[in-house]
Amino acid sequence: MNREGELVKMKSFLFAGTAAILASATMSSQAEELKIALSSEPTAADPHYHNLSTNNAFVQHIFEALTATDANQNVGPSLAESWEGVDDNTWVFKLREGVKFSDGSDFNADDVVFTFCRVLNNENNVSGSFAPDVENFASVEVSDPYTVKITTKQVEPLLPELLSQIYILSDGILEHGDLSFDPANGCGVTGEWPSVDSFNNGSMTIGTGPFVLDDFTKGSKIKMSRNDAYWGEAPAWEKVELVPVPSAGPRLAGLLAGDYDFIESPAARDVKQLGEEFGYTAKPSSRVIFLQMDVARDDSPFIEAEGGKNPFQDERVRRAVAHAINREAIVERIMDGFAEPASQFVPSEMFGAQTDPVPLTYDPEKAKALLAEAGYPDGFKVTLSATNDRYINDSQVAQAIAQFLTRVGIETDLDAMTRSIFFSRRSKREFSFSMGGWGSTSGGAASFLRQYVTTGDKERGVGGSNYGGWSDPEFDAVILEAIETVDAGKRAEMLQQAGQMALDKLGLIPVHFESTLWAYRDGLEFDGRMDQYTMAKDIRPAK
Amino acid sequence: MLLFTLQRMLQSIAVLLAVSVAVFLAVYAVGDPVELLVNPEATQLEREAMVSRLGLDQPVWMQYFTFLSNAVQGDMGTSFVHAEPALQLILSRMPATFELVFLAMLVASIIGIPLGLYVGLKEENRIARAIMTGSIFGYSIPSFWKGMVLILFFAVWLQWLPASGRGETVSVFGIPFSFLTVDGLRHLAMPVINLAIPNIALITRLTAAGASEARMQDYVKFARAKGVREKRIVRRHILRNILIPIITVLGVEFGSLIAFSTITETVFAWPGMGKLLITSIYQLDRPVVVAYVMLVTFIFVVVNLLVDFTYALLDPRVSLSERMS
Repeated sequence: MNREGELVKMKSFLFAGTAAILASATMSSQAEELKIALSSEPTAADPHYHNLSTNNAFVQHIFEALTATDANQNVGPSLAESWEGVDDNTWVFKLREGVKFSDGSDFNADDVVFTFCRVLNNENNVSGSFAPDVENFASVEVSDPYTVKITTKQVEPLLPELLSQIYILSDGILEHGDLSFDPANGCGVTGEWPSVDSFNNGSMTIGTGPFVLDDFTKGSKIKMSRNDAYWGEAPAWEKVELVPVPSAGPRLAGLLAGDYDFIESPAARDVKQLGEEFGYTAKPSSRVIFLQMDVARDDSPFIEAEGGKNPFQDERVRRAVAHAINREAIVERIMDGFAEPASQFVPSEMFGAQTDPVPLTYDPEKAKALLAEAGYPDGFKVTLSATNDRYINDSQVAQAIAQFLTRVGIETDLDAMTRSIFFSRRSKREFSFSMGGWGSTSGGAASFLRQYVTTGDKERGVGGSNYGGWSDPEFDAVILEAIETVDAGKRAEMLQQAGQMALDKLGLIPVHFESTLWAYRDGLEFDGRMDQYTMAKDIRPAK
Repeated sequence: MLLFTLQRMLQSIAVLLAVSVAVFLAVYAVGDPVELLVNPEATQLEREAMVSRLGLDQPVWMQYFTFLSNAVQGDMGTSFVHAEPALQLILSRMPATFELVFLAMLVASIIGIPLGLYVGLKEENRIARAIMTGSIFGYSIPSFWKGMVLILFFAVWLQWLPASGRGETVSVFGIPFSFLTVDGLRHLAMPVINLAIPNIALITRLTAAGASEARMQDYVKFARAKGVREKRIVRRHILRNILIPIITVLGVEFGSLIAFSTITETVFAWPGMGKLLITSIYQLDRPVVVAYVMLVTFIFVVVNLLVDFTYALLDPRVSLSERMS
């Protein structure tokens, strides 16, 4: 080929490019395009691939589940209009009629059965996090196209909540005969179960949600456009673009430069300096920052105390730690006011939380007295292990805690490390004293209590994060019964009781609840969500 | 020639093997990927299922030999996070990085060589001294800070250029490129400048040093005495002779920028290999990190080989067999 030929080709590329830019310029002038900069990148467009909040927030643009949680994590109807528990193990869901998938097909019970089967036939998912919920189904019966009866093996009071994370696929994406929930025999599906690739390239990304996927380019951007056939309230945006920008500085710069309309988690100190052309939303999240102490071992690796004992085994010492920390100061000075001091492990609005917990006040004198009473008038030495890149201002918060403790006599060294090291060392129980964080996603107060406070039990799947070895049989009895109680009122009462027992003995010590921040250009409105999800349908032009 | 190539190949394989052991052990020591991958609410049983599915329950040496035997067959493992072959994942990000680095090196040579010649030939001039002083700054200002200042200046204050991302791309043979669209070029401008600045400084200094030495050489003096035009002296007698170190440095810099333009890519959210590496390290996506380092080693080995060949083309005195000994 000669040179000129190449030149002509180049020119036509340039031409096409310019045309595309002009086109996009006219589009954005209609102000129906929204560009969002995300703080972390979704790993797939497959809704059953990886149970991460980033992924769940993204796929909810495209897919919906039988139920949905609102901004305060209360469960409500979505593709199911209503449901009821017939007995402890049986649930009947009435499906919404007249809902269409983005390919035009109707939504009905077959899609639900198909989805449950796909969750179980998901070869390359990262952690299989959705499978245990479906494995617990003894049967799924379809009495008519809009009624689904689910019978569970174990009693699962949280079923409606768990179903809010199992996003419904269209059964039209695969060849199948008559569908029935019969996992042993492939449920009647004859085609090959789809892999994550078929969702990432868009061919099977067919949902009932407010948006349809146009392009998913890993590392670069995600493009979506409005689903005009959406059954719910139409979103304000014709086109939505999600761009992952993991560093906070460049993300904010992009907002200031006008590249993005909306950004996730700007730094608190930056938010206060934003000009009038920008707005921000701060929403208290369910993520609690807490201290976890090694109480199981008599001789713990990072503790130096008189007589070689482990002071954390004494309730008075734990209480001294709780009262030595000035939570208000941490919230004001380090978190710039974007946090709430915590006197329990879940925010009081959540299901099963203490409505009015006894505040863990800042009282250094009391702390010193308690230490002396416990036999440590001169305190002891301990190392606090913490992350430095996982929670908001985590290393500074840990530093402040170490100083507060040192002031009352507990000489505390700080060992802050990157999260990958922290989490693997913590799971090997290498620490004596650590600062962690936990966002309760489902089950209200039960989530933290069963994961961190309950004595570890592999078979029952409780106490998985109880790295301090806390064990209180009386508490265990209450919580284990609570999580199997279907009656909501009774369950809330029992969770409150269990929560109070955990706070009485302070096996773990709450510090504060993080607030989530979002910043955006002038002219937008956003209420924020407790689960920290960023969804384009929640962002509206200001009236 | 054949002997030389063979010997270099064997050396390269030894290097790759040594690097593979080192990186595998290093990545293994960093931490447990399962803790980052698994949903925090997962039960102990789910965790264990994941550990055995990823093969992390095997002893290190076993994991290494599985990796090695797969690698020999061209399979560098599958990403824990993306469930995609690691090599394919990295290669899919390569064009973006390649484009960035190629343009940066082009800009660096186009600006750096003339500047360096100017300085080297007119050393006592005030402008020349200013350029040399400037080059020290250009080389020593940290990339991250420089990138943020560029963004602040051109994107936030002047609002001339977009702050981050890749912009519109055009596919050529199925590979997306940004430099063929205006929007793409606007997105490319700042990261290219950011990468180019230290290299402009480096090339300027190298060229200047070479030129000032070369202009004192007898052959230049002789040419001048013979009455050769100044332009021809610079191009034919000086530049030609000082190009060898410049080409060497360009080659090495090209390789290291391909491998480690991580900071620039992170600051400008440029979807290249460097950004992938950083994310993978944070997520402890071991196969991707290992494959990345292996690929980079491979690239370096190849680049060095190419530089050796280029020497021979530029300097007829260098023969390949001679360099071998």
